[in-house]
Amino acid sequence: MLLIECPYCGVRPELEFVYGGQAHVARPGSPAECSDEQWVEFLYLRENSKGIHAERWRHTHGCGRFFNALRDTTNDHFLATYRVGETPPPAALERAAGPRP
Amino acid sequence: MSGTFRAPSGGRLDRSRPLHFRFDDRELTGFAGDTLASALLANGVHLLGRSFKYHRPRGVLGAGSEEPNALVTVRRDSARVTPNLRATQVELYDGLEAYSQNRWPSLGLDFGAVSGLLSPFIPAGFYYKTFMWPRQAWRRLYEPKIRAAAGLGRAPEQPDPDTYDNRFAHCDVLVVGAGPAGLAAAAAAAGSGARVILCDEQPEPGGSLLSDPSHSDAVIEGEPLDRWLASTVRMLASHPRVTLLTRTTAFGYFPHNLLGLNQRLSDHLGRPDRSQPRERQWQVRAKEVVLATGAIERPLVFPGNDRPGILLAAAARTYLNRYGALAGARAVLVTACDAAYQAALDLHRAGVSIEAIVDVRAGSADGALPEAARSAGLPIETQSTITGTSGRLRVRAVRVQKLDSSGVPAGPVRRIRCDLVLMSGGLTPSVHLFSQSRGKLAWDESLGAFLPAQAAERVRSAGACRGVFSLSAAVRDGTHAGLSAAQSAGLPVAASMPQLPPPESSAAGTLGVLPQPPGASAGKAFVDWQNDVTSRDLALAAREGFRSIEHVKRYTTTGMATDQGKTSNINALAIVARELDKAMPQVGLTTFRPPYTPVSFGSFAGFARGELFDPVRTTPMHDWAARNGAVFEDVGLWKRARYFPRPGEDMHAAVARECLAVRNHCGIFDGSTLGKIEVMGKDAATFMNRMYVNAWTSLAVGRCRYGILLRDDGFIYDDGVVARTADDRFHVTTTTGGAAGVLALMEDYRQTEWPDLNVWLTSTTEQWAVIAVQGPSARRVLEPLVDGIDISAAAMPHMSVSRGRICGVPMLLMRVSFTGELGFEVNVPADFGLAVWQAIHDAGRQHGITPYGTETMHVLRAEKGYIIIGQDTDGTVTPDDAGLSWTIGKSKPDFVGKRSLQRPAFASPYRKQLVGLLTRDAQHVLEEGAQVVPTRQRAAPEAAIGHVTSSYYSPSLGRSIALALVSAGRSRMGETLYVALPDGDIPVQVASPVFYDPQGSRLNG
Repeated sequence: MLLIECPYCGVRPELEFVYGGQAHVARPGSPAECSDEQWVEFLYLRENSKGIHAERWRHTHGCGRFFNALRDTTNDHFLATYRVGETPPPAALERAAGPRP
Repeated sequence: MSGTFRAPSGGRLDRSRPLHFRFDDRELTGFAGDTLASALLANGVHLLGRSFKYHRPRGVLGAGSEEPNALVTVRRDSARVTPNLRATQVELYDGLEAYSQNRWPSLGLDFGAVSGLLSPFIPAGFYYKTFMWPRQAWRRLYEPKIRAAAGLGRAPEQPDPDTYDNRFAHCDVLVVGAGPAGLAAAAAAAGSGARVILCDEQPEPGGSLLSDPSHSDAVIEGEPLDRWLASTVRMLASHPRVTLLTRTTAFGYFPHNLLGLNQRLSDHLGRPDRSQPRERQWQVRAKEVVLATGAIERPLVFPGNDRPGILLAAAARTYLNRYGALAGARAVLVTACDAAYQAALDLHRAGVSIEAIVDVRAGSADGALPEAARSAGLPIETQSTITGTSGRLRVRAVRVQKLDSSGVPAGPVRRIRCDLVLMSGGLTPSVHLFSQSRGKLAWDESLGAFLPAQAAERVRSAGACRGVFSLSAAVRDGTHAGLSAAQSAGLPVAASMPQLPPPESSAAGTLGVLPQPPGASAGKAFVDWQNDVTSRDLALAAREGFRSIEHVKRYTTTGMATDQGKTSNINALAIVARELDKAMPQVGLTTFRPPYTPVSFGSFAGFARGELFDPVRTTPMHDWAARNGAVFEDVGLWKRARYFPRPGEDMHAAVARECLAVRNHCGIFDGSTLGKIEVMGKDAATFMNRMYVNAWTSLAVGRCRYGILLRDDGFIYDDGVVARTADDRFHVTTTTGGAAGVLALMEDYRQTEWPDLNVWLTSTTEQWAVIAVQGPSARRVLEPLVDGIDISAAAMPHMSVSRGRICGVPMLLMRVSFTGELGFEVNVPADFGLAVWQAIHDAGRQHGITPYGTETMHVLRAEKGYIIIGQDTDGTVTPDDAGLSWTIGKSKPDFVGKRSLQRPAFASPYRKQLVGLLTRDAQHVLEEGAQVVPTRQRAAPEAAIGHVTSSYYSPSLGRSIALALVSAGRSRMGETLYVALPDGDIPVQVASPVFYDPQGSRLNG
């Protein structure tokens, strides 16, 4: 069971959260103007990275809020969690690019 | 007293407490402190079981949790029967009853052993190669027979009467293993102020120290072993910051330093207190973990290495020094390392005749221990090998041959009589937990072992599990690990850090098969005892083209038994590496997975069984329904009344009566489980417009609309009536099962796509009791009870909503119908639900009011062609497929799923569409899920063009009705299709899905 730091509530066990898929997949502002290919990409195509992955979680059994996280899929370590609408913290990305702790 | 193989003194037994026990039909005696295995050996019993595949006679191989052979069933009473326990870990108690497994009719005479004669025909992967034909015979004949012949103990047949506890714990430092390194680590960490949990699978702490003889002259930190052990354990046991857990196996290492511990509380007691739990599962979240899990001796692979009486050398030493049990009278030691000489020396001192020490290594064996053996007069044969053994139910002799300078057996074969063979191929560090934590292992060539390398968690290894074998070095290593763990956990460490000892390459042994004469076929050389995998099986797998060790493992089943290859994996790997001519690290290692040793299901279930398995949700009217004879069904966690049978009625009769009552008079139905979400805020209508397909801005306050919710992929996700109760407020109902998912979906869009909208979502499912009153008399039933609302047809038409009071209680009244009849849904605060229900029921008596359940509700809605999400839809159904295009707000620029509806596949004329099916035989009720095909005469196989989604007998129509999803269904009206069933095709006619009152005039009554 993972330990996840909700940016609003603090560190809580995974039991309180629901996974929300890849982060930063914005719904097109005007879906009607999307080509079929663009729409399908939004609907279905996702990263399957070995390594750092930006993903969404929801603190369902806590504050109920969605937030973003950077997780290393090779060892399930979180590099950072941050709020919806924020970009990944640069420090965490730098750490991710550097040697493993 | 106890048998002839008990040493007169020594061991950690309480000889003043003899214990009587039973093994199969034999009454035997041991002492307090014995395991079942040690007590049996002390009684001269070596034959403990039959092997899995060949039914070969087997005895104990080891003395601990690594044991692959000695699996027994322990029986306390008819419900408390535990199979597949390792006799080496079963603690003896007075009255213990144990049984051998996988033998018939008896252990000594086993008819299954004939399969050993057939062994040339059952090589590795035989079940993939033989028994292939005829196909039917696999399921009916071969598989049941093979399963009956091969196997372990029988599962208990009654429910487990014991209770199991669970506990969550946090600590600074968790130390796994209470051997010398683990004890030192725990002491050092606790001394630095850390909160420590120390666990060990054995009944007492000490690890390898427990197997050292009491007269050992070794010292730790200047103290004799037994004094150091006793004082360290006493200190830890009384330390306020230390939790010392014995009989507790760390079985799994999960992400973020969560470890699962299985604590066995009462299996060692003759008369357990039944009010106490049998086991406790701990989930420990540790800041830092120290693994001090020790090492396991490797068996040697030579022909006939599995006979009873052939043991690991260290195990024989444990039986002698810890349990005072002699594993034999005349012993031969076969070894590839110096350390095993200690076993020969200890047994020699106890009076066992050492017939020979066969050292497979070249050279003169001049280490300290071989020299001690030599001066004790023990005969040492260096550069020799074992080429075979004999003896039926117990080893009687071994064949020894010298190796020439190129390592090939040459010269005369010497036969040495013995009743005990000790073997040691060296030590394999126990890296299971480290590997489970996703740490990287590295092959240490000089040690011939995989050692922990790069950690993935906050974990460190100490002592033998990282190749530091010698006692003083292991203790120093443990102290270092304990101090550094405490420091990493944020504690100020004052003590000076000892130097980190390096792994010891001198302890290297041998890997793989011992040298054998070329072309020899002296018998089976076992690698995996429990799954009966031989060196030949592994070689065969390599010859047949298996290259990955993961594939070899699955093909041969090596390492896949309940012992998970603790004694076999490294030898198997070495054999495969040699066959493939690759280095060990190139072949790789199979994945270590939890549990380290088997853990009972009860321990995982904990308290979550029976009534506590899942929460049960009941409505405010539940007790009334129960009192009135309702039969309930589970819908998610909810209990819903399915029908209310009267005496003598079956479901069919009760449902028919309830259906007719609703159609002709009035029914009352508990709809409280429906999901309810309050959508509020200035932008509530905008939000609803974007979520649901319908046009909401045009919905006037006081009106209801049937809403459809899609996912963005365009498929129907949920439906329900939505009432606009104010300009800025919608009362949204969802399906019973979909409530949580709908709220989550709405929250997702609200929070992440449209955070600018001023709207709030609140689940009110449990705040409201919902009482549906349906039928031509519904208004007459309610009228006298309702205050403040004119519920006449003119004032309150179909699909309207109003606030008022009923029986003096605040009410949200909706005029809606899921039956096709005039109907109302009375929403009152949940606390008043039962009282209002009773009042309506009482008032309705004179109008023939009848309580009805979900089964009747399903029939009534199917007669009207109303869909049920998840029954008539399956996640691939669009609004148009379901005939619900009319719900879509056509002028809206966007809503969830709208863009997907324009995708080409959604416009295909061959999509499955919802239609009705009428059987030619009006009394025949179709099976739901049955496939629909276009023709009767067909060449199999033919693709189905659809399937039946709902099917009932309609009492109102006096015939069967069905809903189905059929390709191009709406263009097939009137066509005859067939529903394919095993007993023959059923002809059906495609019809409108609305079977009853197609004009809907009854709704407006």
